[in-house]
Amino acid sequence: MNPTLVRWLQAPSVVLLLIWMIVPLSMTLYFSTIRYNLLYPERTGFIGLDNYRFFATDPAFGPALINTLVLVGSVLAITIVLGLAVSILIDRPFRGRGIARVMLISPFFIMPTVSALVWKNMLMDPNNGLFAAFSNALGLEPVEWLAQYPLFSIILMVSWQWTPFAILIFMTSLQSQDQEQKEAATLDGAGFWSQFWNLTLPHLARPISIVLLIQMIFHLSIFAEIFVTTSGGPGVSSTNLTYLIYIQSQQAFDVGVASAGGVFAIILANIVALFLIRAVGKTLTV
Amino acid sequence: MTDRQRQIWIDRAAVTAAWIAALVFFFPIFWMVLTSFKTEGQAIQVPPLLIFEPTLENYLEIQDRTNYFKFAMNSVITAFGGTLVALLIAIPSAYSMAFNTTHRTKDVLMWMLSTKMLPAVGVLMPIYFLAQKFDLFDTRTLLVVIYAMMNLPIVMLILFNYFREIPKEILEASRMDGTSTFNEIRQIVLPLAWGGIASTALLSIILCWNEAFWSIVLTTTDASTLTAFVASFQAPEGLFWAKVSAVSTLACAPIVVFGWMAQKQLVQGLTFGAVK
Repeated sequence: MNPTLVRWLQAPSVVLLLIWMIVPLSMTLYFSTIRYNLLYPERTGFIGLDNYRFFATDPAFGPALINTLVLVGSVLAITIVLGLAVSILIDRPFRGRGIARVMLISPFFIMPTVSALVWKNMLMDPNNGLFAAFSNALGLEPVEWLAQYPLFSIILMVSWQWTPFAILIFMTSLQSQDQEQKEAATLDGAGFWSQFWNLTLPHLARPISIVLLIQMIFHLSIFAEIFVTTSGGPGVSSTNLTYLIYIQSQQAFDVGVASAGGVFAIILANIVALFLIRAVGKTLTV
Repeated sequence: MTDRQRQIWIDRAAVTAAWIAALVFFFPIFWMVLTSFKTEGQAIQVPPLLIFEPTLENYLEIQDRTNYFKFAMNSVITAFGGTLVALLIAIPSAYSMAFNTTHRTKDVLMWMLSTKMLPAVGVLMPIYFLAQKFDLFDTRTLLVVIYAMMNLPIVMLILFNYFREIPKEILEASRMDGTSTFNEIRQIVLPLAWGGIASTALLSIILCWNEAFWSIVLTTTDASTLTAFVASFQAPEGLFWAKVSAVSTLACAPIVVFGWMAQKQLVQGLTFGAVK
């Protein structure tokens, strides 16, 4: 192919992505430094870092940041541990394994708004939900999950959706593990744990780090689950950074402050992204 | 107990544990589908009903009560539209990158991936502003554009990986025969990479179909997709679990089936090609 043609074929994707990245990004940066509230259109002008200061001193900012970190950290811990355990269980052949696998990964394909509603209503509802029925059957007081433990409830929902993702990735990766090596280890008398630490875990090191990083990217911007179930409440007890920025823009109509919050979110995501890109780059053979 | 007996017991325990895990994870989905066949009264009955006479009422009445098909159409149009646009942009690009790899190709692909790391909420205000400015708020066009750009990096990366598996010799042979580039793509690359393109499309459709930030924030009624429509049931205006379950089951069924079909590509796509 001649070089001109190559350039023309590649141009659309590069140029479009460049626009898609640069235009909104620079607008966010611009909005974050000006006075821009839809309720007070007469107030304008450059105000430096005031929006950032306002966003960071919002009493909800501290809790939202902590909630974000707790949410991401807990979901990561749960999904990785459970994902590892289940994918190892499912690695050995048994009757009906195909069906069990399909059942295990299905939650990942359920749209987030649906899974939020299913958990909120049919499982966690304190009057008619299934969990309440269990509590009643055991003679216990039903728990008002979303009111008493809002953040924990969301962690449960998100873990339910994302453990299947970890299972799917680990399962696929385990299939490429050297079986002869494992058999040799068994013959040498290596027990389950010794094989796990010395063979399986090193084999899964890369998939684990990839799963960690990808989940972090997605979980930093969890939105639909909170929107549908708790709306960030009670108070701000289940508000994360994404939801706080959404509130700033949709309820306070403060474009400037919401943009400053957006910049915070971008910085947070980029710290993670830096590691992810590096991990992915190592595997891309060009 | 001999070692052999012990091993048999461990195997049995492991299989049992695997089935328990499968049942636990699948249960909420099973419960949703089950509830969709109950009457509204049965759906909220305490203690919950496991055995009952199933009714199709919820499914038959969906359209009368909720305009379900409008939202389903919006989901179909935005998911397939966004995917189609992404593919049309990505196929020529990925093709030329795969067959004219330079020292910069990797950097370009990595940069493309990095655009995917931009959190949606970080560009919420500009997108909102631009949508209003161009009169695109609450239109399917807007969602198609956003979904296409959102998935373009992943689509590029997977297609690049597929195209690289096509033996270069085949292309060189056709070039000797004087085939034009357009015909080369159409007659050689597309047929050979067809499976790869189809599964890439499947992955992209799944991601668009389940997208629930932009669809909630950027639509009100006209362009609302199923994710946004389901979200509108969050308001506690009354209990209609059976109906919501029917809507949810219909909204999720095709994508769950797609997901089962595209497992392998999904792994590759979701890990940006790092796990195959």
